Amino acid sequence: MNLTDPAVRVTGLTKKFGAFTAINDVSFTVETNKIYGLLGRNGAGKTTLMQLLTGQQFATSGTLEVFGASPLENARVLQSLCFIKETQKYPDSFRPAHVFASAPWFFANWDADFAGRLAEDFRLPLNRPIKKLSRGQLSAVGVIVGLASRAPLTFFDEPYLGLDAVARQIFYDRLLEDYAEHPRTIILSTHLIDEVSNLLEHVLVIDEGRILIDQDADELRGTASTVVGKKTDVDAFVAGRDIIFRDGIGALASVTVTGLGEAERATARAAGLEISPVSLQQLIVQRTTSQPSERDADRRAPGQRGRTGAGNGHSAEGRGDTPADQTESKTDAWSAHS
Amino acid sequence: MIEAGKPIFVQIAEQIENDIIDGVIEEETSVPSTNEFAAFHRINPATAGKGVNRLVEDGILYKKRGIGMFVATGARQRLVGARTEQFRANFVGPLLAEAVKLGLTAEQVASMINAESVTDRMASNS
Repeated sequence: MNLTDPAVRVTGLTKKFGAFTAINDVSFTVETNKIYGLLGRNGAGKTTLMQLLTGQQFATSGTLEVFGASPLENARVLQSLCFIKETQKYPDSFRPAHVFASAPWFFANWDADFAGRLAEDFRLPLNRPIKKLSRGQLSAVGVIVGLASRAPLTFFDEPYLGLDAVARQIFYDRLLEDYAEHPRTIILSTHLIDEVSNLLEHVLVIDEGRILIDQDADELRGTASTVVGKKTDVDAFVAGRDIIFRDGIGALASVTVTGLGEAERATARAAGLEISPVSLQQLIVQRTTSQPSERDADRRAPGQRGRTGAGNGHSAEGRGDTPADQTESKTDAWSAHS
Repeated sequence: MIEAGKPIFVQIAEQIENDIIDGVIEEETSVPSTNEFAAFHRINPATAGKGVNRLVEDGILYKKRGIGMFVATGARQRLVGARTEQFRANFVGPLLAEAVKLGLTAEQVASMINAESVTDRMASNS
């Protein structure tokens, strides 16, 4: 294991739960000291992927290296990881103060002062039993551990269920500040894409167990534009282009395409078409709302009820066991989109 | 401040350029650090760094080792020159295209510009 190796290197990784393929032949690399966004819809495979990377699940096939070594039963690798998940469990009698007091046993870089300051920022009652904390306060405990551990590779899996807007902003601000002073690799998995998009340096979008987008966040930001205008004009302009999304009403069409240069935008405007930018969130929503496709067929268990399209989370029936990323209660960008 | 659909590093570079053109940041003075830009705009420090580096590549900013980034002498004039070219392409071109579409003559366009008392605004500006 070596901290100068890529934080994560995955080749042909597949994870099956019975007949269900949660991760399907995935390959990617996570470079060190960058903030990654791991984005995707409910059940896309995000949590399963993070469980594989943190040695909490066994891969069905493929290779997986964290800092150049397998994380499985590898104390040196696991010591350099911090995995903050939505459903973290603590011993029954624990109070936040206990969590922070025991954190240095697991995290070599633990900064107790920083944890104390964060607890004040989040107004976390340190001596209240964990069981008595509100959902947001419980999330704050996880967020504080994730930040103050300063682990070389930190995963935040939808870390802020119940956190209010103020607390989320505190989280983003402290994350950026601390990351600037102590660069490390951070993988942030969330549905609140608009909120985090400016924090990310690189974006991984996973959909139906496959990597759909693996790109620099800033490059991705400029890639798509929405062309709006009379349907005939729009159709003429977008002909032969890579169309991501199409919408329309009456004689009006709205089509999102990739790869428009400055000159092409000017041409479109001159033709009376309206060109508008596409936010990272819109782009990802549009790229992941496609109808179930042919390639989806092999992912379903035989006899399992097929998915019925966008917005309708697939059921967990027919799987050997269930990946954790099935909490349908998450507030997510996609339900807001419809 | 930061808008969607446009690379953030481009926006950072443009904001620094605007500050130089407006005289908010004078030549041979320092610009905020990458981390300060990141904290202020709530963006990734690497992205902010890319914006700053782009201006270094263009010779608008230069690095003083261990101190920070400074605005080069002559930077403002060069930026104004480049922006004037962009002004022609981005504003005058489309303006004329629209005018042709509406059947306006050059005189009509000119009188509209004058009616906007642009001469007063420009005079008071200099």
